[in-house]
Amino acid sequence: MADWVAACAADDIEEEDVIRFDHEGRSFAIYRSEDSDYYATDGFCTHERVHLADGLVMGAVIECPKHNGRFDYTSGKAKKTPACVDLRTYPVKVEAGTVYIQVD
Amino acid sequence: MSASQEKRDYSLTGPEGGKARERGLVAAEWYASPIPRKRMKELMKRKDGPAIRDTILWIVLLAGAGVLAYFSWGTLWAVPAFLVYGILYTSPGDSRWHECGHGTAFKTPWMNEVVYQFASFLVLRPATPWRWSHARHHTDTYVVGRDPEIHQPRPPVWRVIIIQFAHLVGGPKDIKRMFMHAFGVVGKEERDFIPESEFRKSFRESRVYLLIFACVIAACFYTGSILPAMFVVLPSFYGAGLMVIFGMIQHLGLHEDVLDHRLNSRTVYMNPVFRFLYWNMNYHIEHHMFPMVPYHALPALHEEIKADCPRPNRSTWEAFREVIHALLKQRKDRNYTIQRELPPTAQPYQYGPKPIIAEAPGEQPTTS
Ligand code: FES
Repeated sequence: MADWVAACAADDIEEEDVIRFDHEGRSFAIYRSEDSDYYATDGFCTHERVHLADGLVMGAVIECPKHNGRFDYTSGKAKKTPACVDLRTYPVKVEAGTVYIQVD
Repeated sequence: MSASQEKRDYSLTGPEGGKARERGLVAAEWYASPIPRKRMKELMKRKDGPAIRDTILWIVLLAGAGVLAYFSWGTLWAVPAFLVYGILYTSPGDSRWHECGHGTAFKTPWMNEVVYQFASFLVLRPATPWRWSHARHHTDTYVVGRDPEIHQPRPPVWRVIIIQFAHLVGGPKDIKRMFMHAFGVVGKEERDFIPESEFRKSFRESRVYLLIFACVIAACFYTGSILPAMFVVLPSFYGAGLMVIFGMIQHLGLHEDVLDHRLNSRTVYMNPVFRFLYWNMNYHIEHHMFPMVPYHALPALHEEIKADCPRPNRSTWEAFREVIHALLKQRKDRNYTIQRELPPTAQPYQYGPKPIIAEAPGEQPTTS
């Protein structure tokens, strides 16, 4: 059964930005879109082990800081090489100003 | 000869790659100067304006030089005219290839892609293989046995350095690669950094290159003159000199096998003309440390981190002299490396992997 885990406060993340969240040996990237919708993906790029929380959020896209590979963080889809493998995404909910992600 | 003076195998298929992996140098965590996230986001911000302006200016200058070169054909004026045309064809071709390959020059992705494909052809670099080669160069910058873009081994090969000023090493190698890819053959070394899923794209691109070559050759026969090739393909040879100088001063003479771009890359102050041609890649430490910062924000990034970096070279000429001096030293002593002091405000250099900090019970091991 997948658990909902409190990741951060909703306003810990600026609009159109991303932060890192580590939990039980795993690392995630939590995104806040321009419209203040929240999303979560695996933290590390699928190309190499580089954390996406240092990358750049542009609309629905996260650009990896190492080789500028891009993903749609809402779906996890890889959009630009050298990122070729999709990112895993996780369900997110916001309750009472806290962002929760569902991890298995 | 002591063991440390032994020649190393710079190929990607030799033993050095494995040794680098054992030493923790492969796909490692590199040093990055501290910059607050808010400032970093400002620096990473994408714009179309500067790159559109610069691209229009480039094309206008290239066309202008082309018209002068055309009308000077058959006179002595053709020599300087074609030299200018060749430099305007090749140096910006190289820098636009580079910036658009990173996808940072324009904000709009298709603009990066169009200019990337165009510029790749100008400098005769097959677009897809070079995109992957350059990704590896950023992962393992100047790590022997891993980086396919090490300009020169130690000791340097002077014959190669000299003929490369006319692109006579890289050019034929890439044309051969175009032929191989057009016929569906991928070299062993390339397989080390290009994933198989990208092969078909590269095969298609190479077929287009060959088609363009065929058109240029046909135009030469049709007109009974080499003139068409003087405008397309040949400029990447006769106009390569400045591009080669820019390439040589990026890393040569500095460290190999380190995890800090302040140790293996060179920032050089350049005049505005060179900076336009080179699209600010003279800020090379900055570019390697933060590749998501677009070329137009590199001067601001330089200001942000210069207190954490060695003193930049004062001019292209100073940097080039420094490189030649180092290469001459490396003929006798392959370990000769330029040592650059950091200012007192800087963090110490990071030569190798960060030490693993002992983990507390129940915690993940971390690096300092
Ligand atoms: S590590 Fe993310 S694109 Fe290479």
